[in-house]
Amino acid sequence: MGKYIIKRIINMIPTLLIVAIIVFLITRMIPGDPAAVMLGPQASVQEVEKLTEELGLNKPLHIQFFDYIGNLLQGDFGNSLTYNQPIADLIMDRFPNTVILAISALIIAIMIGVPAGIISATRQNSILDYTVTTISLIGVSMPVFWLGVMLVLYFSVNLGWFPSTGMGSMDEGFFTFIRHLILPSLTLATIPMSQFARITRSSMLEVVSQDYVKTARSKGVREFIVICKHAFKNAFTPLLTVMGLQISSLLGGAVLTETIFSWPGMGLLIIDAIEKRDFVVVQGTVLFIALIFVVVNLVVDILYKVVNPKINYSSNKGGTS
Amino acid sequence: MPEELLRVENLQVEFRSGLTTTKAVNGVSFTLNKKENIGIVGESGSGKSVTATSLLRLIPEPPGIISDGNIFFEEKDLLKLSKKEMRAIRGNEISMIFQDPSTSLNPVYTVGNQIIESIRTHEKISKKEAKQKAIKMLELVGIPSPEKRINMYPHEFSGGMRQRVMIAIALACNPKLLIADEPTTALDVTVQAQILDLMKNLQDEFNTAIIMITHDLGVVWETCDKVLVMYAGNVVESGTVEQIHDNPMHPYTWGLLDSQITESVNNDEPLPTIPGSPPDLSQEVRGCPFAARCPFAQDICFSKKPEMVETEDNHYVSCHFQTKDKRLDRKEQQNDRAIVKG
Amino acid sequence: MTSLQATEAAEVMERTRKRERSVFRKLIKNRLAAFGLFVIALLFVTAIFAPVIATHPPNQMDVTKSLLGPGEAGHLLGTDSYGRDIFSRLIYGSRVSLIVGIAAVVFGAFFGSFLGVIAGYFGGKFDSIIMRIMDGLFAFPFILLAITLMTVLGQGLVNAIIAIGIANIPGFARVVRGQVLNVKESEYIAVTKSLGAKHSRIIFQHVLPNSFAPLIVYATMSVAGAIISEASLSFLGLGIQPPTASWGSMLQEGRNFLVLNPHMATFSGLAILITVLGINLFGDGLRDALDPKMKL
Repeated sequence: MGKYIIKRIINMIPTLLIVAIIVFLITRMIPGDPAAVMLGPQASVQEVEKLTEELGLNKPLHIQFFDYIGNLLQGDFGNSLTYNQPIADLIMDRFPNTVILAISALIIAIMIGVPAGIISATRQNSILDYTVTTISLIGVSMPVFWLGVMLVLYFSVNLGWFPSTGMGSMDEGFFTFIRHLILPSLTLATIPMSQFARITRSSMLEVVSQDYVKTARSKGVREFIVICKHAFKNAFTPLLTVMGLQISSLLGGAVLTETIFSWPGMGLLIIDAIEKRDFVVVQGTVLFIALIFVVVNLVVDILYKVVNPKINYSSNKGGTS
Repeated sequence: MPEELLRVENLQVEFRSGLTTTKAVNGVSFTLNKKENIGIVGESGSGKSVTATSLLRLIPEPPGIISDGNIFFEEKDLLKLSKKEMRAIRGNEISMIFQDPSTSLNPVYTVGNQIIESIRTHEKISKKEAKQKAIKMLELVGIPSPEKRINMYPHEFSGGMRQRVMIAIALACNPKLLIADEPTTALDVTVQAQILDLMKNLQDEFNTAIIMITHDLGVVWETCDKVLVMYAGNVVESGTVEQIHDNPMHPYTWGLLDSQITESVNNDEPLPTIPGSPPDLSQEVRGCPFAARCPFAQDICFSKKPEMVETEDNHYVSCHFQTKDKRLDRKEQQNDRAIVKG
Repeated sequence: MTSLQATEAAEVMERTRKRERSVFRKLIKNRLAAFGLFVIALLFVTAIFAPVIATHPPNQMDVTKSLLGPGEAGHLLGTDSYGRDIFSRLIYGSRVSLIVGIAAVVFGAFFGSFLGVIAGYFGGKFDSIIMRIMDGLFAFPFILLAITLMTVLGQGLVNAIIAIGIANIPGFARVVRGQVLNVKESEYIAVTKSLGAKHSRIIFQHVLPNSFAPLIVYATMSVAGAIISEASLSFLGLGIQPPTASWGSMLQEGRNFLVLNPHMATFSGLAILITVLGINLFGDGLRDALDPKMKL
């Protein structure tokens, strides 16, 4: 197991490097002089030259790249012009807020989506099953930004139950904090929740007809335990894969959700920076999100092996018997 | 006087999907005494597995339903028990092992976990005690170094070893009845014999009655006292092993016997098979269900369903013709074949 | 000889036609898929005949008639803050969704399939280099990659197609590579190879046609994703340039008048939802009709 983890971490390094190269190249694709674009049309020639110097844009591309990687390795994501502070600090300010949002969305998605899928599968073709299937189908097709706007319209504007924007700090009390959190996390949870329900249903359907489920029943085990212990743990592997993939869309969806609810996370930071044409911030933040995703995927892969003892640690292929 | 353990009366099982109803089991009756072994034989689709699964009320409902009949187990009518009472019977008084040991053990739990679960479902003992008992069970079914093996996953065992684990799970609570659904079919020939020996030995130790579901008459001759021959959801013949072996009455049983591998048969010859295939059980069959494939069928076989008739002591057959003429026909048929071979 | 080939060709075509017919029949039988197909057809009709269907020119402003409710002054769904007819803008907006949705997927499918075929067919170094790069691209949340590209490329229809198209490349590369690996292992490719066929011939005549079914299902689902992405970009002000009507930008504008006139935001979002739902239903049905065991 330990060997496997080390091997996976070593395998991750080229991917991380490629991620950095991609971000570096994309930001160098800006047509014209990036420094001039960032400073806007009213900037003087001297100001543009000074920024070009500061960003090292006058150096050859490969030198720029090595400087960039070198800085990254020291945890230096560059400095923001508009925010007047190191980007690493900006990210560390905002990142916890995004994590709070993403994790509460993930919890909602798992707590509702997975049981809904299980119930749907154990009562196949019942009205309950059709309801879950229909709602989850609509859910995966949902434009989250629209859902967010509609939730604001009904629950904030019309009913006044929840605030429409911002994040409540813990200092104002736990209740305020939760009240601010509910709408954004519900919005962000919709797609993963529906995906979880769909995938849980289909993999549970595959599993409940397996012989070992029949064996468990023949032992006199209670149906609840048959489903939750014997069937679900086997249906869990595909679910885990989807969960890993959904982390990506959670982080992506966070950009839209944070914009709608003015949630002060990484997504709002990116959109703000784009408006201010602060490309260094965009570059740093996007890179950071991608790095997080690579690491999360590694964790999911390792969990995968923990859950499924059949997979051989020494090779990449899953061994049967 | 042997004590009666199980009495099945007129068991009917149907599978309903949409407008079609498939009568998988159509009026099966038999009795089983304590410590007795009964074999249920037939082709796939004959309803033997559904019969066995119905005894534990484990057929999937819906689409399956036990539409009629009684199952008396030690005077309790199993079909009238609550779900909870039924669970107390499963794995405790009646256990079951299945055909394919590679799929009947849960791949994500250790074998120990699965044996202990069975024990702790029915006995209020500590985890530690249950584990000791599980190790003892593994030892009994012939698994070497059980203390180590108990922490392993099913995929780390061979097919034969997995079936031994299944037997350990099934016998863990000392059941009075063990239902074995084709327990050796998925195994290598050499392993098959070992598993059958194991089951016989353990039966003596645990005083368990066995219902052996199989398509292999060889297994029946070796392990059983009584035989039930099933065809298309019906029992067509039943009797003691000796009766069925020495004096089979039903043409379908003859067909089964002829298609067995015996030492006398020249290996170069293809085994005779019964031509045709079983009837579609979603259609109402008038007359004898075997008529369409029966070489001796007369007009009456297609119009009237034959009754079960006792031809000798406890030997029942469902055929319009139990006379000596028919058996003479069979003799002639065998002679014909011998001539062709010669 | 030639007549024999002709008969063979005719037979193959007949078989293909029969198969297509049965796939189509399965799709129609599946009520949800049929509904999806209906939505897609409706979308095409709306986009093509937009000038006929629309009641007003989509960009015609009339400040005196701003923010009218549904049905007022001959405006079916009311007007926006500039007095533009919401219904007509929705109708014209279908064009943007459809064009970006399809063009971006074609873009992604073309380059992605190309990379996937190279990686899967030739294997070795090609495979590890290409797939490493694809893994790198996969590390970016889809929409974030599109946002970043739009920031660099600037607003506009073509740029939106390119940005969403690029974001689609790694997915297609992965799907096609997997298919190619499957087909490559099969016996008849070995036979063709042993007969001395060229790589290009094997790829175009054998490998690609056999990867077609999963590819078409994946592409269908991707169109739904691309439409949502375009709407998201436009919603963030990074997509289609105003005043061109796009469902995403209409939703963004409607958001500012949520209290005064909630219809604008409601209807544009509903249009996106129904379109995407229809395409997803059709894609699900297509998968079940082509191969229910397909893992996509």
